Amino acid sequence: MTATPMVKAEGVHKSFGAVQVLKGIDLEVAPREVFCLIGPSGSGKSTFLRCINHLEKINGGRLYVDGELVGYRQQGNKLYELKDREVAAQRRDIGMVFQRFNLFPHMTAVENVMEAPVQVKRETKAVARERALKLLDRVGLADKAGNYPSQLSGGQQQRVAIARALAMEPKLMLFDEPTSALDPELVGDVLDVMRDLAEEGMTMVVVTHEMGFAREVGDSLVFMDNGVVVESGDPREVLTNPRHERTKSFLSKVL
Amino acid sequence: MTIKTDKAPDSGDARPASETAAPEALKAIPVRHYGRWVSAVLALAVLGLLINAFAQGKVNWGTVPDYFFDGDVLRGVRNTITITILSMVVGVVLGVLLAVMRLSKNPVTSSIAWFYIWFFRGTPVYVQLLLWFNLGLVFEFINLGPIYKDYWSSFMTPFLAALLGLGLNEAAYMAEICRAGLQSVDEGQTEASHALGMSHAKTLRRVVLPQAMRVIVPPTGNEFINMLKTTSLVIAVQYYDLLQATSNVGQTSGATVEMLFVAAAWYLVLTSVLSVGQYYLERRFARGSTRNLPPTPLQKVMKANLLSFGNRQAGGTA
Repeated sequence: MTATPMVKAEGVHKSFGAVQVLKGIDLEVAPREVFCLIGPSGSGKSTFLRCINHLEKINGGRLYVDGELVGYRQQGNKLYELKDREVAAQRRDIGMVFQRFNLFPHMTAVENVMEAPVQVKRETKAVARERALKLLDRVGLADKAGNYPSQLSGGQQQRVAIARALAMEPKLMLFDEPTSALDPELVGDVLDVMRDLAEEGMTMVVVTHEMGFAREVGDSLVFMDNGVVVESGDPREVLTNPRHERTKSFLSKVL
Repeated sequence: MTIKTDKAPDSGDARPASETAAPEALKAIPVRHYGRWVSAVLALAVLGLLINAFAQGKVNWGTVPDYFFDGDVLRGVRNTITITILSMVVGVVLGVLLAVMRLSKNPVTSSIAWFYIWFFRGTPVYVQLLLWFNLGLVFEFINLGPIYKDYWSSFMTPFLAALLGLGLNEAAYMAEICRAGLQSVDEGQTEASHALGMSHAKTLRRVVLPQAMRVIVPPTGNEFINMLKTTSLVIAVQYYDLLQATSNVGQTSGATVEMLFVAAAWYLVLTSVLSVGQYYLERRFARGSTRNLPPTPLQKVMKANLLSFGNRQAGGTA
């Protein structure tokens, strides 16, 4: 493997007060890879995802995105915190999709998608709108451009959220249980969009409970429990022949 | 057999009635609200008695309409409106700023905001007005270098004292209202815009504040109405407001009490206008949070079923 890994974690620790949530995570995500994180709730998988774009500050270890240290700058052996502005610049290249969509409720679907390109990249409204409409079309919501989030179903909202993240043309997409808040009927539409995205070569880190998706689309899979990586490897391999007891018992409950 | 239902005209439900055979409308005798009739009659009776008492009192009612549009009174009305609006502008702008400062991670700015709110909320506005007027005891001159230099007493006009006294006091209250509004916005909103690479300032301006407005506007409307009435205190700094005008006229014409009714009527007119304005403002900021905007009062009147005495909003059991 010669290319710089898109995400590289070295002994990442994170604690909230006295509670250790991540206890030394080491992993690598290659470019164009679909990387799935599974595990019981409270295992730290969502926290780890949020560390990748510095929504959470890590307490130990190193975390790199595309070879660049996240949230800090290293000079010699001293570590400097980045300014808010610099952190914001790093986040531009990392798209994130949340479990609860977090669309901006006071903006229509197309305005949601246009917002960051106009405000952050200083695109003109006309250009941003045109691209936003294309993105909405790509997620199958061309006819909903003028609707407010409250007028959309959960699945539609989540697809708008994906379009919103894509509008910044990220090199990495983070998905934090993107289908967990959806009615079972609507999960498929969102997964279809994600599958298309994977086929186009987007690097994706996906925290999910959708084992079918992980098996079918995932390139690698990590099972986390209690703040550590228990088992990792090819999704088909891990999901069918888990080596670890903990993985076995978890999978027996969810599959 | 089709039954006409009074649908909202904008519902776009243009299906021909013949296509979907509507079920036969239920015919039921509505619950009779006898209590409503009885209480309405009682209320009207009390109102009649009150009007009668006032009409027979020793008040020369003829002077009320005579002086309602008196030149001096109108000047007072104009000044009251001016000082209300300007004080609220000062209050809202400074209030938003203080709220943001108060929520800032920077301990210096949040302490400054805390101290400001502590002081201006902790002292009566009447005292503050008097203090501004008499601050000449502390600062004899006001000296802005080459730009401006004057005695405090001639710098601090009644207008400026009223504006500072009311506006700076209001800012402390607005700060608390805005803080509540800002904190009411879901944290996921901030996270989402940060994840998109938006700065703190952009997030605040584009995402958090517009959503906070829904929480901020109703109490601000209240503050506006309150402010309109609080301006009657500026008599303390000799600003010529509505109450000052009516009392002056009352003293010269000998119709003191009559002029108080003139003032009360004007205050009622002004607060009513503000209430209507507030309603439309709230409607504007409800965008996106409700699927359909609530009807305007006019639309409500058009739709109201006048036969069912008392509408649904009345709610209570009469």
